[in-house]
Amino acid sequence: MNHHMKKGNMGENKFEKGDMNSAIKRLLLYLKNSKGVLFSGLLLAAMGAVMTIVGPNRIGEIADLMGEGITGKINLAEIFKLSGILAGIYIFGAVLTFLQHYILSGYTLNCSKRMREDLSKKINRVPQKYFSSTSYGDILSRITNDVSTLQQGLSNSLPGVVSSATQFIGCLIMMFITDFRLAICVLIVTIIGMGMIVLVIGRSQKYFIAQQKNIGNINGYIEEMYSGHMIVNISKAKNKIKDKFSALNQSVYDANWKSQFISGIMQPLMTAIGNISYVTVCVVGALLAINGNITFGVIVSFILYARLFSTPLSQIAQGITNMQTAFASANRIFDFLETEELSNEENKKSAPESVKGSVVFDHVSFSYPDAPDKIIIKDFSAAVKPGQKIAIVGPTGAGKTTLVNLLMRFFEVNSGSIMVDGVSLEEIKREDVHDMFAMVLQDTWLFEGTIRENLVYNMTDITDDEIRKVLKTCGIERFVSGLPHGLDTILSESTSVSAGQKQLLTIARAMLQKCPMLILDEATSSVDTRTEAVIQKAMDELTANRTSFVIAHRLSTIKNSDLILVMKDGDVIESGDHYALMEQGGFYSELYKSQFEKTA
Amino acid sequence: MFKLLKEMKKREAIMSVICALLVLVQIYFELALPDYMRTLTELIKSAENSMNEVWVIGFKMIGCTLASAATSIACGYLAARVGAGFSYSVREKLFGHVLSLGQNEMSSLSVPSLINRTTNDITQIQMLVAMGLQIAVKSPIMAIWAILKILGKSWELSLLTAAFVVFICGSIVAIMFTVLPRFKRVQKLMDTLNRTARENLTGINVVHAFNAEEYQNKKFFGINKNLWKTQLFNQRMFSFFQPVMILGMNGLSLGIYCLGSVLLSQISAEDFSSKLSLFSDITVFTTYAMYVVMSFMMMVMIFMMFPQAQVSAGRINEVLKQKSSVVEGTVNEGKELGVVEFKNVSFAYPDSNENQLRDINFRVERGETIAFIGATGSGKTTLINLVARFFDATEGEVLVDGVNVKDYTFDALYDKLGYVSQKAIIFSGSVRENIAFGEASDEIRDDDIDLAIKLAQADEFVGKMSNGIDSHIAQSGKNLSGGQKQRLSIARALARNPEILIFDDSFSALDYRTDAALRAGLEKNLSGVTKLIVAQRIGTIRHANKIVVLDDGKIAGIGTHDELMKTCGVYREIATSQLTEEELR
Repeated sequence: MNHHMKKGNMGENKFEKGDMNSAIKRLLLYLKNSKGVLFSGLLLAAMGAVMTIVGPNRIGEIADLMGEGITGKINLAEIFKLSGILAGIYIFGAVLTFLQHYILSGYTLNCSKRMREDLSKKINRVPQKYFSSTSYGDILSRITNDVSTLQQGLSNSLPGVVSSATQFIGCLIMMFITDFRLAICVLIVTIIGMGMIVLVIGRSQKYFIAQQKNIGNINGYIEEMYSGHMIVNISKAKNKIKDKFSALNQSVYDANWKSQFISGIMQPLMTAIGNISYVTVCVVGALLAINGNITFGVIVSFILYARLFSTPLSQIAQGITNMQTAFASANRIFDFLETEELSNEENKKSAPESVKGSVVFDHVSFSYPDAPDKIIIKDFSAAVKPGQKIAIVGPTGAGKTTLVNLLMRFFEVNSGSIMVDGVSLEEIKREDVHDMFAMVLQDTWLFEGTIRENLVYNMTDITDDEIRKVLKTCGIERFVSGLPHGLDTILSESTSVSAGQKQLLTIARAMLQKCPMLILDEATSSVDTRTEAVIQKAMDELTANRTSFVIAHRLSTIKNSDLILVMKDGDVIESGDHYALMEQGGFYSELYKSQFEKTA
Repeated sequence: MFKLLKEMKKREAIMSVICALLVLVQIYFELALPDYMRTLTELIKSAENSMNEVWVIGFKMIGCTLASAATSIACGYLAARVGAGFSYSVREKLFGHVLSLGQNEMSSLSVPSLINRTTNDITQIQMLVAMGLQIAVKSPIMAIWAILKILGKSWELSLLTAAFVVFICGSIVAIMFTVLPRFKRVQKLMDTLNRTARENLTGINVVHAFNAEEYQNKKFFGINKNLWKTQLFNQRMFSFFQPVMILGMNGLSLGIYCLGSVLLSQISAEDFSSKLSLFSDITVFTTYAMYVVMSFMMMVMIFMMFPQAQVSAGRINEVLKQKSSVVEGTVNEGKELGVVEFKNVSFAYPDSNENQLRDINFRVERGETIAFIGATGSGKTTLINLVARFFDATEGEVLVDGVNVKDYTFDALYDKLGYVSQKAIIFSGSVRENIAFGEASDEIRDDDIDLAIKLAQADEFVGKMSNGIDSHIAQSGKNLSGGQKQRLSIARALARNPEILIFDDSFSALDYRTDAALRAGLEKNLSGVTKLIVAQRIGTIRHANKIVVLDDGKIAGIGTHDELMKTCGVYREIATSQLTEEELR
């Protein structure tokens, strides 16, 4: 798990001090009601570290007592007394460490749970424009990886750094108290060793980055080639691809062993430093002992101190690296959480009780927020009478889907207004606008769950009879009942449902919704025309007296509309019913005729 | 796991042997240190003031330390190369094998799972190999060596050490056993969490349209709570880990001192020399005892890691074991040119007993266009998949140029075919790389590419791109519209100059005008090429030489548009659902 998370955050290791401060500030603000727990956990970590330092001194005393025993009589009672104290210290230290882990892990997990909830809620609160600048994968990685990294950082690295620092400083003090000469020797050896380690870490960074990058590359390549497997085979591209793969694999190999090797150097280097300070303590200690300056116990204590002294340094170094990643994650999480939300609309009107369904576009103009210069809809005006079926046709990029986005208030118009029954949509609460329209989109959206769950979705009071009726109207009753568990069949990636059947399922879901108006955006593009005709008949019954908007490439889908709006470059260039438009002999009739052009 | 180890190359195998030998050397030096320390201790304690000896031994110790560090770095180097090299070979082998699988195996193993196996699972194994190589060799030898060193010294102290080893390793095993299965669960829950959030994101418009924000939140919260509960349990169990370890190690050295003093007190006061040797034994004992405990801890860790890597190895072997159900034949040449024929073909997907296609018969000659039309799920895609051998017919024969497709070598068959999938597949890279993808019977030259682009009606937008055919295309063609992607994938099939072209509903994202222009171009320039077209629009296929109407896996009618209008009810229904009687004439 840990490995996985590091991968996600490697790219962001360039980290400024200011970012770290802002991350800490934002984090403290987020945790404002429960900071106490965090600090008490850290305090426990520091206390636990103090306990580990006190130990060696006492062990030294025991060794001294034993040493006296060689020449004279051994003082067993004193040794047991000291051992008892020491055992108490050890146990107390262990309890402290345990409590620290227990408290902090619980605390940080609660925080990450809350954070994930907030992030999930946030998804539904940011305006649509946010998603045009941020990829889904990026948001998802904040919810999973970044929260985990932060949690681990707070529960492992932070107390680790605190206790290591305490241990380091404490050791230093204790060593100087015990014997300053030996202390200076150990200090010099350790500083030289640390210098070497810093050198290694500094050099290793680029290999780690290269490793993550190369792995990312090869994973991307694998994904593409596996997904395009049939094309690869039939294009006889296997050899070419294998060559390219080998090249990618080779660079993974290179970066892989280099980074592994360098991180592998750390351990022996640390051991060597530990051993050299051990030898230094022994030799210098022996010198001093022979001259009678110190006792043997001092040497024993020092051997332990030398070990305790060099380990926290590498822990601190590693801990700080981890903390940097954790705080980078914190910043990413808060960046999303603090994004501007959809405006509060509690004061706005509710939708009229019964919607008649007259829709007026009054000089609407619109451009997407990320490209304000590119006008998608310019000065669009149209009036729709209640119960009419409106078709919108035109080449790709004409702004058809944009109109739907405006009707649903996924985006707000730049100027002009859209009115339903004489009330501007902007004055109505967003949820109420959504309730007025049932909508089926170009991209079918189904989730992993049973067919029933997918159809009923968040609606209440839907009986199985209603579902069956709707499935029949959509012509997929037989398909569904033919599935192993009928309505309770779970839809997942491995269930074989054709593109057309998926579209029919989403149409069925919208039909269950019983809204006063209807929007179909290329809803039947993958459905065969006969099935479509059946649905259309049902739809027409369903939408009798309901205003409906239909967008379609296939002109047979929209021929019987009351009003066809032909759009081009953000404007309506022609309007009228099929026959009027054909007579006009303009863009529409040209488009229509092109399907009969003789090709042979 | 061991099966997979066979994939290791000779060079890596030799390296691992050297590495193992180096580990021995390293242990020798590392364990020599406490011996010197024992001598040092005795020197310091004994009355003889021989500073020279202290110096000599000090230098020897530093020498050993450096030698041990150097060998261990060398080991690390070899282990890193072996681990990386091993994963290189396995990845290479696995990738090549997946490419050779048939469509059937691809869908039963599923693409996401295969991707995971080629990436994560291999990383898992690599970690075990790189770590295991050092630790698996080092820790048992270290343990045995250290035990040998202290074995003769004092059975009381040895017993104490053994007791602590059992205690510490026992706690590790207990903790890991409770936690490991839950780790897997956390992984799964994390996947579910990810999926749920992804659902919400990809369907954000639908979520808003249905005012289903609460519904989605509730769903997410439920999974999140489960995840939290499992993680909480794990982390709390792990809270025991560190304190138990430290307490165990400290307790052991304390115990050795206590027990040691008791032993010391039992020796009579006059026996000075045996007292001294016992004393130095005790100090050395603490050090070696630590080695023993640490070695055992490492061994336990490896044992714990092993099952996880074992799972990964199993997943990889499962793929490697999988043989393609589509077997290559030996024929290189066809008997005819540009002919496709189905003789009494039936087909059922391997995991279902219901026939998807029943008794299909037709023949299409060189240069002709044959179209397939029918309701959603009637078997159109399945039918043309049989020509490309994505699947093999269950009964009957599919013939290309008079030879059963099963008898051709893959290269010979694929040289004849150009195939455009239903959903356009686009790779990241340049326009050129996408079109001149793979190999054809002749080399794909620039003028082939240009012509293909023109015929696919793609010159209009490719020309507008900043670098023409060398312009960059993002992963899965994210910087292209649906219609543009479809046109590029058509161009890819055309550039190979095939005898037979297969279009699986490949015109659906094109507007009528582009569709018509494209077909006109094909007709004019590729008159010698046989075309198999699946389509929904009558307009797309009405001029085909033959139209096959499929209904529920069976042929409901074959003929030209005019013939079918008269004879085939299903066709007439499809046609009139799109065009009026008048337009159809």
